[in-house]
Amino acid sequence: MTAKAPAPTPVPLRPSRRRVRHETVTLAHGGGGSAMRDLVEDVFVSAFAEHQDGAQAAAPLEDQARLPLADLMARGDRLAFTTDSFVVHPLEFAGGDIGRLAVCGTVNDLAVGGAVPVALSCAVVIEEGMAVATLRRIAASIAATAREAGVRVVTGDTKVVARGACDKLFITTSGVGVIRTGVELGIAHARPGDVVIVNGPLGDHGAAILAARGELAVETSVASDCAPLNGLIGALLDAAPCTRLIRDATRGGLAAVLNEMAEASAVGVRVDESAIPIRDEVRGLCDLLGLDPLYLGNEGVAVAVVPAEQADAALAALRAHPLGGMAAAIGTITAERPGLVVMDTPFGGTRIVDLLVGDPLPRIC
Amino acid sequence: MTTRFTPGGPVTAPFHDRDTGRRLIERIGDKLRALGATERDPIRLMEICGGHTHAIFRHGLAGVLPPGVEFLHGPGCPVCVLPMGRIDDCVAIAEDPRVILATFGDAMRVPGSRKSLMQAKADGADIRMVYSPLDALALARRNPDREVVFFGLGFETTMPSTALTVLRAEREGIANFSLFCNHITIIPTIRAVLDSPGMRIDGFIGPGHVSMVIGLKPYRFIASHYNRPLVVAGFEPLDVLQSVWMLLEQIGRGTAAIENQYSRIVPEDGNPQAQAAIEAVFETRAFFEWRGLGSIDESGVAVRERYARFDAERRFAVESPAVADPAGCQCGDVLKGGLKPWQCALFGGACTPETPIGALMVSSEGACAAYHQYGGLRKGAA
Repeated sequence: MTAKAPAPTPVPLRPSRRRVRHETVTLAHGGGGSAMRDLVEDVFVSAFAEHQDGAQAAAPLEDQARLPLADLMARGDRLAFTTDSFVVHPLEFAGGDIGRLAVCGTVNDLAVGGAVPVALSCAVVIEEGMAVATLRRIAASIAATAREAGVRVVTGDTKVVARGACDKLFITTSGVGVIRTGVELGIAHARPGDVVIVNGPLGDHGAAILAARGELAVETSVASDCAPLNGLIGALLDAAPCTRLIRDATRGGLAAVLNEMAEASAVGVRVDESAIPIRDEVRGLCDLLGLDPLYLGNEGVAVAVVPAEQADAALAALRAHPLGGMAAAIGTITAERPGLVVMDTPFGGTRIVDLLVGDPLPRIC
Repeated sequence: MTTRFTPGGPVTAPFHDRDTGRRLIERIGDKLRALGATERDPIRLMEICGGHTHAIFRHGLAGVLPPGVEFLHGPGCPVCVLPMGRIDDCVAIAEDPRVILATFGDAMRVPGSRKSLMQAKADGADIRMVYSPLDALALARRNPDREVVFFGLGFETTMPSTALTVLRAEREGIANFSLFCNHITIIPTIRAVLDSPGMRIDGFIGPGHVSMVIGLKPYRFIASHYNRPLVVAGFEPLDVLQSVWMLLEQIGRGTAAIENQYSRIVPEDGNPQAQAAIEAVFETRAFFEWRGLGSIDESGVAVRERYARFDAERRFAVESPAVADPAGCQCGDVLKGGLKPWQCALFGGACTPETPIGALMVSSEGACAAYHQYGGLRKGAA
């Protein structure tokens, strides 16, 4: 959002002795001087360095992270590389915060390609006036989530912009991972007869964010499902090695993923409404607001298409994982009506599940 | 004569029960056969409320019913019937740099003759999405140096909360809050639909939420004067199916009565406090313009003189230009049930949810948007 970004200041990690002495971030913290080094080293580097190994942590500051190729090549035969930006209001919500989201989003984008995530970058744009304490909590959350996912944050960048130039905090993470040899997942790989599987309930994240905005005067116990899915997806690929494709159902929800696969694979997708796991609280909130949980974003839901003969093994593997307790087969791939997603309603009716034009807008009555 | 029917408890799960649904569908089929209704000559039922249109599509109900019954999608989507001129007024108010315009989300995409509110927001107008008029009042409290205008729209469902917000603004002496009132009332419009030449409607599925406020009495003329049955219905799949069955029962008996399928929510007399709030703040307009239907006498309300200082129409220069519906747009015929959405030449081509020309394509309660979103299969079959 700034007109011209200053020269980047990458921050390889090492333990810090610097301390931030202010309670809020000011433009001085983005000036490239000692205030900025205080902020970067005290808030970010110290949080991320905690989980680095000794050699990495003690390395001198360089302008880039260096990843030994031999380590990567031992894990697979292709490099996966992805990036994502995170803007969310509010920054902290039930079940997560923007930091956890930033790690999970990129880790999951790698994992759904069959990659083992290895390293992340983390660039933050901070609005002047942001509380340093909040920033510390978010940095700690980034570090903890990275540890949970088994990835390292190896490089980063910090910018501070004037009030109004961004909304409190924007984070961009990029990630590299290594794709297992032999794994070939692709959005165009679904074939008639395949089974569509999800690992957990739909709409939790979207509902939690809506509730956390505090505009609704409703309270709900729903927490975001935000979680790194690489472990779960690893288990799925072990159990069902012929898995055709995996996608995480983030923006646009399940509906967007199903439509994408129908179009790219030139197949029909037939889903059974009563088989789709949705929590009662989420359903209730959606009914109240005139929203459809199929279009709500998720941050911990993987949608997988597996050949029918491996569907049971895939489901069993998912259900054995802590993030897959509510895993379910929700539909099948068909040769009929290529490009269309058709849902069987519990009454034996059918309806098309189309893409929304924009954000789902609450209805008035 | 009013009969009451209590289908069950307050939790919605029982109203999705598959077996009960199947039995109801069978009974509806038997009834239709007994009535001699066929696909070519079906019983035509109009659901007045956009919420019912949405429910019928969302649950695929039209597809599971036997062919002898046809749903006509009525004018009860308040966003859809909002004329372009009122959107233009709203955009003009929002473009005043002093103003924060607070609106319900689904009004954002309704096309005006120049632009929609969403476009106006992108162009720099300060437009905020709210979930209740009280949110708009809170905005006024937090921004004392700005003029906060609430874009009030909807039938009697949303009227009471708007009225109570105005009363509260007066009580708290909040000077920078006003209401751009576009509230409308469904009864004169049902009459207008029934008076349309060539109109054939055999019965009505009555609005659930509106009736929660106004009760059953205002519908009596439909039975007494037009000899048509009406059943006030809930929004779960079994609610709608049961209402269809209740209407067919009446048609079979040759009676026309106002019945209440939704008695777990709708009291016979409605909500007297809500009615009192409406009465205190609003007065009937001589006429109001409806998109697609034209001007209908006494179909809208305005803010009473006593609350003039909360009336955006008095505080801002509002022109309400008469803007003709776009050429080729047949929303009016669809609203009156004379045309199916896909029979409109613009449907799915020039007019899509992405580029709506007619208002029925804008809101998910609009019949055209519902067909486009959910109904591709039936359209293909038609």
